[in-house]
Amino acid sequence: MTDTTELWLIIIALGLGSFGLRFAFLGLVGDRAMPEWVLRHLRYTAVAVIPALVAPLVIWPTATGGEPDPTRLAAAAATFAVGYLTKNVFAAMGVGAAVLVSFSLVL
Amino acid sequence: MAAGTAMSSYWRGVRDGLPFLAVVGPFAMLFGVLATEAGLAVHETMGFSIVVIAGAAQFTALQLINENAPTLVVIASALAVNLRMAMYSASITPHLGPLPLWKRGIAAYFLVDQTYAQSILDYEKNPDQTTTEKFAYFLGVMTPICPPWYVFTFLGAVLGESIPPSLGLDFALPIAFLAMIGPMLRTPAHRIAALASVVLALAFAWLPYNMGLLVAGLGGMMAGAQAEVRLGIKP
Repeated sequence: MTDTTELWLIIIALGLGSFGLRFAFLGLVGDRAMPEWVLRHLRYTAVAVIPALVAPLVIWPTATGGEPDPTRLAAAAATFAVGYLTKNVFAAMGVGAAVLVSFSLVL
Repeated sequence: MAAGTAMSSYWRGVRDGLPFLAVVGPFAMLFGVLATEAGLAVHETMGFSIVVIAGAAQFTALQLINENAPTLVVIASALAVNLRMAMYSASITPHLGPLPLWKRGIAAYFLVDQTYAQSILDYEKNPDQTTTEKFAYFLGVMTPICPPWYVFTFLGAVLGESIPPSLGLDFALPIAFLAMIGPMLRTPAHRIAALASVVLALAFAWLPYNMGLLVAGLGGMMAGAQAEVRLGIKP
Protein backbone atom coordinates (compact mmCIF):
# COMPACT_ATOMS: atom_id res chain seq x y z
CA MET A 1 0.00 0.00 0.00
CA THR A 2 1.22 3.43 -0.97
CA ASP A 3 1.96 5.60 2.11
CA THR A 4 0.09 8.78 3.01
CA THR A 5 2.57 11.26 1.52
CA GLU A 6 2.72 9.39 -1.76
CA LEU A 7 -1.06 9.12 -1.81
CA TRP A 8 -1.50 12.88 -1.44
CA LEU A 9 1.21 13.40 -4.04
CA ILE A 10 -0.87 11.26 -6.41
CA ILE A 11 -4.11 13.08 -5.54
CA ILE A 12 -2.63 16.54 -5.98
CA ALA A 13 -0.73 15.68 -9.17
CA LEU A 14 -3.85 14.11 -10.66
CA GLY A 15 -5.95 17.09 -9.61
CA LEU A 16 -3.54 19.60 -11.16
CA GLY A 17 -3.06 17.46 -14.27
CA SER A 18 -6.79 16.92 -14.80
CA PHE A 19 -7.53 20.61 -14.30
CA GLY A 20 -4.71 21.46 -16.70
CA LEU A 21 -6.22 19.22 -19.39
CA ARG A 22 -9.69 20.71 -18.84
CA PHE A 23 -8.40 24.29 -18.76
CA ALA A 24 -5.97 23.90 -21.68
CA PHE A 25 -8.19 25.32 -24.40
CA LEU A 26 -10.86 27.11 -22.35
CA GLY A 27 -8.22 29.10 -20.50
CA LEU A 28 -5.53 29.65 -23.10
CA VAL A 29 -7.58 30.05 -26.29
CA GLY A 30 -10.61 31.68 -24.67
CA ASP A 31 -12.20 34.24 -26.94
CA ARG A 32 -9.57 34.10 -29.70
CA ALA A 33 -10.84 32.85 -33.06
CA MET A 34 -9.70 29.34 -33.99
CA PRO A 35 -9.00 28.42 -37.63
CA GLU A 36 -11.95 26.97 -39.53
CA TRP A 37 -10.33 23.53 -39.99
CA VAL A 38 -9.86 23.23 -36.22
CA LEU A 39 -13.48 24.22 -35.56
CA ARG A 40 -14.62 21.74 -38.20
CA HIS A 41 -12.90 18.92 -36.29
CA LEU A 42 -14.12 20.15 -32.91
CA ARG A 43 -17.75 20.02 -34.11
CA TYR A 44 -17.41 16.23 -34.08
CA THR A 45 -15.68 15.81 -30.70
CA ALA A 46 -18.75 14.71 -28.75
CA VAL A 47 -20.03 12.40 -31.45
CA ALA A 48 -16.56 10.81 -31.80
CA VAL A 49 -15.58 10.45 -28.13
CA ILE A 50 -18.86 9.38 -26.47
CA PRO A 51 -19.56 6.39 -28.80
CA ALA A 52 -15.89 5.34 -28.45
CA LEU A 53 -16.26 5.49 -24.67
CA VAL A 54 -19.40 3.33 -24.73
CA ALA A 55 -18.79 0.78 -27.52
CA PRO A 56 -16.30 -1.48 -25.65
CA LEU A 57 -18.47 -1.36 -22.48
CA VAL A 58 -21.47 -2.56 -24.51
CA ILE A 59 -19.69 -5.35 -26.40
CA TRP A 60 -17.41 -6.50 -23.57
CA PRO A 61 -19.14 -5.60 -20.26
CA THR A 62 -16.87 -5.63 -17.19
CA ALA A 63 -19.60 -7.23 -15.06
CA THR A 64 -19.64 -10.39 -17.20
CA GLY A 65 -15.85 -10.58 -17.33
CA GLY A 66 -15.82 -9.26 -20.90
CA GLU A 67 -18.28 -11.81 -22.31
CA PRO A 68 -20.93 -10.29 -24.63
CA ASP A 69 -24.27 -10.41 -22.82
CA PRO A 70 -27.74 -10.52 -24.51
CA THR A 71 -29.40 -8.43 -21.75
CA ARG A 72 -26.91 -5.61 -22.00
CA LEU A 73 -26.84 -5.72 -25.81
CA ALA A 74 -30.64 -5.50 -25.94
CA ALA A 75 -30.72 -2.61 -23.46
CA ALA A 76 -28.01 -0.79 -25.43
CA ALA A 77 -29.81 -1.28 -28.75
CA ALA A 78 -33.13 -0.11 -27.29
CA THR A 79 -31.55 2.96 -25.69
CA PHE A 80 -29.81 3.99 -28.88
CA ALA A 81 -32.86 3.33 -31.09
CA VAL A 82 -35.23 5.36 -28.90
CA GLY A 83 -32.71 8.21 -28.65
CA TYR A 84 -32.18 8.24 -32.40
CA LEU A 85 -35.86 8.08 -33.32
CA THR A 86 -37.31 10.43 -30.68
CA LYS A 87 -34.28 12.71 -30.07
CA ASN A 88 -35.41 12.49 -26.43
CA VAL A 89 -32.61 11.65 -23.97
CA PHE A 90 -35.01 10.99 -21.08
CA ALA A 91 -37.19 8.59 -23.09
CA ALA A 92 -34.09 6.73 -24.29
CA MET A 93 -32.67 6.33 -20.77
CA GLY A 94 -36.06 5.22 -19.45
CA VAL A 95 -36.61 2.58 -22.13
CA GLY A 96 -33.01 1.37 -21.84
CA ALA A 97 -33.28 0.98 -18.07
CA ALA A 98 -36.65 -0.78 -18.42
CA VAL A 99 -35.25 -3.26 -20.97
CA LEU A 100 -32.19 -3.86 -18.77
CA VAL A 101 -34.21 -4.57 -15.64
CA SER A 102 -36.93 -6.66 -17.30
CA PHE A 103 -34.43 -8.80 -19.23
CA SER A 104 -32.33 -9.28 -16.07
CA LEU A 105 -35.43 -10.51 -14.24
CA VAL A 106 -36.59 -12.83 -17.02
CA LEU A 107 -33.26 -14.33 -18.11
CA MET B 1 -28.66 40.38 -20.33
CA ALA B 2 -31.74 39.80 -18.22
CA ALA B 3 -31.09 37.75 -15.09
CA GLY B 4 -34.41 35.99 -15.75
CA THR B 5 -33.26 34.15 -18.87
CA ALA B 6 -29.99 33.08 -17.18
CA MET B 7 -32.06 31.74 -14.29
CA SER B 8 -34.36 29.80 -16.63
CA SER B 9 -31.31 28.43 -18.49
CA TYR B 10 -29.91 27.31 -15.14
CA TRP B 11 -33.08 25.42 -14.21
CA ARG B 12 -33.37 23.93 -17.68
CA GLY B 13 -29.82 22.62 -17.14
CA VAL B 14 -30.73 21.20 -13.72
CA ARG B 15 -33.67 19.34 -15.26
CA ASP B 16 -31.55 17.96 -18.12
CA GLY B 17 -28.75 16.93 -15.73
CA LEU B 18 -31.05 15.20 -13.26
CA PRO B 19 -31.19 11.75 -14.95
CA PHE B 20 -27.41 11.51 -14.57
CA LEU B 21 -27.89 11.37 -10.82
CA ALA B 22 -28.93 7.73 -11.34
CA VAL B 23 -25.48 7.08 -12.82
CA VAL B 24 -23.32 9.30 -10.65
CA GLY B 25 -24.80 8.04 -7.35
CA PRO B 26 -23.92 4.34 -7.71
CA PHE B 27 -20.63 5.09 -9.50
CA ALA B 28 -19.44 7.47 -6.75
CA MET B 29 -20.54 5.08 -4.00
CA LEU B 30 -18.62 2.28 -5.67
CA PHE B 31 -15.51 4.47 -5.66
CA GLY B 32 -16.01 5.20 -1.97
CA VAL B 33 -16.39 1.50 -1.18
CA LEU B 34 -13.39 0.38 -3.22
CA ALA B 35 -11.16 3.17 -1.91
CA THR B 36 -12.00 2.22 1.68
CA GLU B 37 -11.36 -1.44 0.92
CA ALA B 38 -7.98 -0.43 -0.55
CA GLY B 39 -7.11 1.09 2.81
CA LEU B 40 -7.73 4.78 2.12
CA ALA B 41 -9.06 6.93 4.97
CA VAL B 42 -12.36 8.76 4.42
CA HIS B 43 -10.63 12.14 4.03
CA GLU B 44 -8.20 10.67 1.48
CA THR B 45 -11.08 9.15 -0.48
CA MET B 46 -12.85 12.51 -0.42
CA GLY B 47 -9.64 14.20 -1.52
CA PHE B 48 -9.70 12.07 -4.65
CA SER B 49 -13.30 12.88 -5.53
CA ILE B 50 -13.02 16.62 -4.81
CA VAL B 51 -9.52 17.35 -6.15
CA VAL B 52 -9.51 15.00 -9.14
CA ILE B 53 -13.29 14.80 -9.87
CA ALA B 54 -12.96 12.26 -12.72
CA GLY B 55 -14.51 8.83 -12.29
CA ALA B 56 -12.53 6.71 -14.74
CA ALA B 57 -9.19 8.27 -13.79
CA GLN B 58 -9.91 7.77 -10.08
CA PHE B 59 -10.71 4.08 -10.59
CA THR B 60 -7.54 3.65 -12.67
CA ALA B 61 -5.39 5.32 -10.00
CA LEU B 62 -7.00 3.24 -7.26
CA GLN B 63 -6.39 -0.02 -9.08
CA LEU B 64 -2.72 0.84 -9.68
CA ILE B 65 -2.25 1.95 -6.06
CA ASN B 66 -3.65 -1.45 -5.04
CA GLU B 67 -1.11 -3.14 -7.31
CA ASN B 68 1.68 -1.11 -5.67
CA ALA B 69 2.60 0.54 -8.96
CA PRO B 70 5.25 3.29 -8.74
CA THR B 71 3.77 6.73 -7.97
CA LEU B 72 4.80 8.13 -11.34
CA VAL B 73 3.12 5.24 -13.19
CA VAL B 74 -0.09 5.82 -11.23
CA ILE B 75 -0.11 9.53 -12.12
CA ALA B 76 0.79 9.04 -15.79
CA SER B 77 -1.76 6.26 -16.36
CA ALA B 78 -4.64 8.10 -14.71
CA LEU B 79 -3.84 11.27 -16.63
CA ALA B 80 -3.73 9.29 -19.87
CA VAL B 81 -7.28 8.13 -19.11
CA ASN B 82 -8.20 11.82 -18.73
CA LEU B 83 -6.64 13.07 -21.96
CA ARG B 84 -10.08 13.23 -23.56
CA MET B 85 -10.82 16.16 -21.22
CA ALA B 86 -8.50 18.32 -23.36
CA MET B 87 -10.67 17.44 -26.35
CA TYR B 88 -13.79 18.45 -24.42
CA SER B 89 -12.07 21.69 -23.44
CA ALA B 90 -11.28 22.51 -27.06
CA SER B 91 -14.77 21.56 -28.20
CA ILE B 92 -16.56 23.74 -25.64
CA THR B 93 -14.24 26.76 -26.08
CA PRO B 94 -16.23 28.24 -29.02
CA HIS B 95 -19.23 28.36 -26.63
CA LEU B 96 -17.72 29.34 -23.28
CA GLY B 97 -14.47 31.02 -24.44
CA PRO B 98 -15.83 34.60 -24.17
CA LEU B 99 -16.43 34.22 -20.40
CA PRO B 100 -14.13 35.98 -17.92
CA LEU B 101 -11.12 33.86 -16.90
CA TRP B 102 -12.46 32.93 -13.45
CA LYS B 103 -15.71 31.61 -14.92
CA ARG B 104 -13.72 29.62 -17.49
CA GLY B 105 -11.76 28.22 -14.53
CA ILE B 106 -15.00 27.11 -12.87
CA ALA B 107 -16.25 25.55 -16.11
CA ALA B 108 -12.91 23.73 -16.54
CA TYR B 109 -13.04 22.26 -13.04
CA PHE B 110 -16.57 20.91 -13.60
CA LEU B 111 -15.90 19.70 -17.18
CA VAL B 112 -16.60 15.96 -16.93
CA ASP B 113 -18.10 13.48 -19.44
CA GLN B 114 -21.70 14.14 -18.44
CA THR B 115 -21.57 17.94 -18.10
CA TYR B 116 -19.70 18.22 -21.39
CA ALA B 117 -21.90 15.88 -23.41
CA GLN B 118 -25.21 17.27 -22.15
CA SER B 119 -24.13 20.91 -22.56
CA ILE B 120 -22.74 20.50 -26.08
CA LEU B 121 -25.92 18.66 -27.09
CA ASP B 122 -27.98 21.63 -25.88
CA TYR B 123 -25.72 24.29 -27.45
CA GLU B 124 -26.07 22.59 -30.82
CA LYS B 125 -29.82 22.16 -30.45
CA ASN B 126 -30.34 25.77 -29.33
CA PRO B 127 -27.56 27.74 -31.05
CA ASP B 128 -29.07 31.18 -30.35
CA GLN B 129 -28.14 31.26 -26.67
CA THR B 130 -25.94 34.03 -25.26
CA THR B 131 -22.69 33.09 -23.52
CA THR B 132 -24.29 33.95 -20.16
CA GLU B 133 -27.19 31.59 -20.88
CA LYS B 134 -24.80 28.84 -21.98
CA PHE B 135 -22.76 29.20 -18.78
CA ALA B 136 -25.91 29.19 -16.65
CA TYR B 137 -27.08 26.05 -18.45
CA PHE B 138 -23.69 24.38 -17.83
CA LEU B 139 -23.87 25.21 -14.10
CA GLY B 140 -27.41 23.84 -14.08
CA VAL B 141 -26.32 20.51 -15.60
CA MET B 142 -23.39 20.37 -13.17
CA THR B 143 -25.60 20.84 -10.08
CA PRO B 144 -27.18 17.34 -9.96
CA ILE B 145 -23.89 15.72 -11.12
CA CYS B 146 -20.83 17.14 -9.36
CA PRO B 147 -21.94 17.84 -5.75
CA PRO B 148 -23.61 14.38 -5.64
CA TRP B 149 -20.27 12.94 -6.80
CA TYR B 150 -18.77 14.16 -3.48
CA VAL B 151 -21.77 13.19 -1.35
CA PHE B 152 -22.08 9.65 -2.72
CA THR B 153 -18.32 9.07 -2.52
CA PHE B 154 -18.62 9.96 1.17
CA LEU B 155 -21.60 7.63 1.66
CA GLY B 156 -19.75 4.80 -0.08
CA ALA B 157 -16.64 5.37 2.05
CA VAL B 158 -18.64 5.44 5.29
CA LEU B 159 -21.19 2.70 4.58
CA GLY B 160 -18.60 0.46 2.96
CA GLU B 161 -19.65 -3.02 2.00
CA SER B 162 -23.24 -2.69 3.18
CA ILE B 163 -24.39 -1.71 -0.34
CA PRO B 164 -26.21 -4.60 -2.07
CA PRO B 165 -25.11 -5.27 -5.67
CA SER B 166 -28.15 -4.40 -7.80
CA LEU B 167 -29.47 -5.55 -11.14
CA GLY B 168 -27.14 -4.54 -13.97
CA LEU B 169 -26.13 -1.34 -12.16
CA ASP B 170 -22.78 -1.48 -13.93
CA PHE B 171 -24.67 -0.70 -17.10
CA ALA B 172 -26.22 2.60 -15.95
CA LEU B 173 -23.23 4.52 -17.28
CA PRO B 174 -23.30 3.09 -20.84
CA ILE B 175 -27.10 3.62 -20.97
CA ALA B 176 -26.80 7.26 -19.96
CA PHE B 177 -24.26 7.96 -22.70
CA LEU B 178 -26.01 5.81 -25.33
CA ALA B 179 -29.18 7.84 -24.79
CA MET B 180 -27.32 10.99 -25.83
CA ILE B 181 -25.73 9.59 -28.98
CA GLY B 182 -28.97 9.34 -31.01
CA PRO B 183 -29.87 13.03 -30.60
CA MET B 184 -26.27 13.99 -31.49
CA LEU B 185 -26.46 12.38 -34.95
CA ARG B 186 -27.90 15.46 -36.67
CA THR B 187 -26.21 15.22 -40.08
CA PRO B 188 -24.63 12.46 -42.24
CA ALA B 189 -21.22 13.84 -41.14
CA HIS B 190 -22.16 13.23 -37.48
CA ARG B 191 -23.30 9.70 -38.30
CA ILE B 192 -20.07 8.97 -40.18
CA ALA B 193 -18.00 10.35 -37.28
CA ALA B 194 -19.85 8.15 -34.77
CA LEU B 195 -19.57 5.04 -36.93
CA ALA B 196 -15.83 5.55 -37.50
CA SER B 197 -15.31 6.11 -33.78
CA VAL B 198 -17.13 2.89 -32.80
CA VAL B 199 -15.17 0.81 -35.33
CA LEU B 200 -11.85 2.33 -34.20
CA ALA B 201 -12.70 2.00 -30.49
CA LEU B 202 -13.38 -1.72 -30.89
CA ALA B 203 -10.37 -2.28 -33.17
CA PHE B 204 -7.98 -0.48 -30.81
CA ALA B 205 -9.49 -1.58 -27.49
CA TRP B 206 -6.32 -3.63 -26.86
CA LEU B 207 -4.12 -0.52 -26.56
CA PRO B 208 -2.93 0.14 -22.97
CA TYR B 209 -3.90 3.17 -20.84
CA ASN B 210 -7.19 3.73 -22.64
CA MET B 211 -5.28 4.98 -25.69
CA GLY B 212 -7.79 3.24 -27.97
CA LEU B 213 -10.30 5.89 -26.89
CA LEU B 214 -8.02 8.67 -28.10
CA VAL B 215 -7.34 6.93 -31.42
CA ALA B 216 -11.09 6.47 -31.91
CA GLY B 217 -11.89 10.02 -30.80
CA LEU B 218 -9.37 11.66 -33.12
CA GLY B 219 -10.25 9.27 -35.97
CA GLY B 220 -13.96 9.99 -35.55
CA MET B 221 -13.35 13.75 -35.54
CA MET B 222 -11.29 13.49 -38.73
CA ALA B 223 -13.94 11.31 -40.39
CA GLY B 224 -16.65 13.84 -39.48
CA ALA B 225 -14.64 16.82 -40.71
CA GLN B 226 -13.77 15.03 -43.97
CA ALA B 227 -17.40 14.02 -44.51
CA GLU B 228 -18.52 17.59 -43.91
CA VAL B 229 -16.19 18.92 -46.62
CA ARG B 230 -16.72 16.16 -49.16
CA LEU B 231 -20.50 15.97 -48.83
CA GLY B 232 -20.79 19.77 -48.65
CA ILE B 233 -22.77 19.58 -45.41
CA LYS B 234 -23.77 22.77 -43.63
CA PRO B 235 -22.58 22.37 -40.03
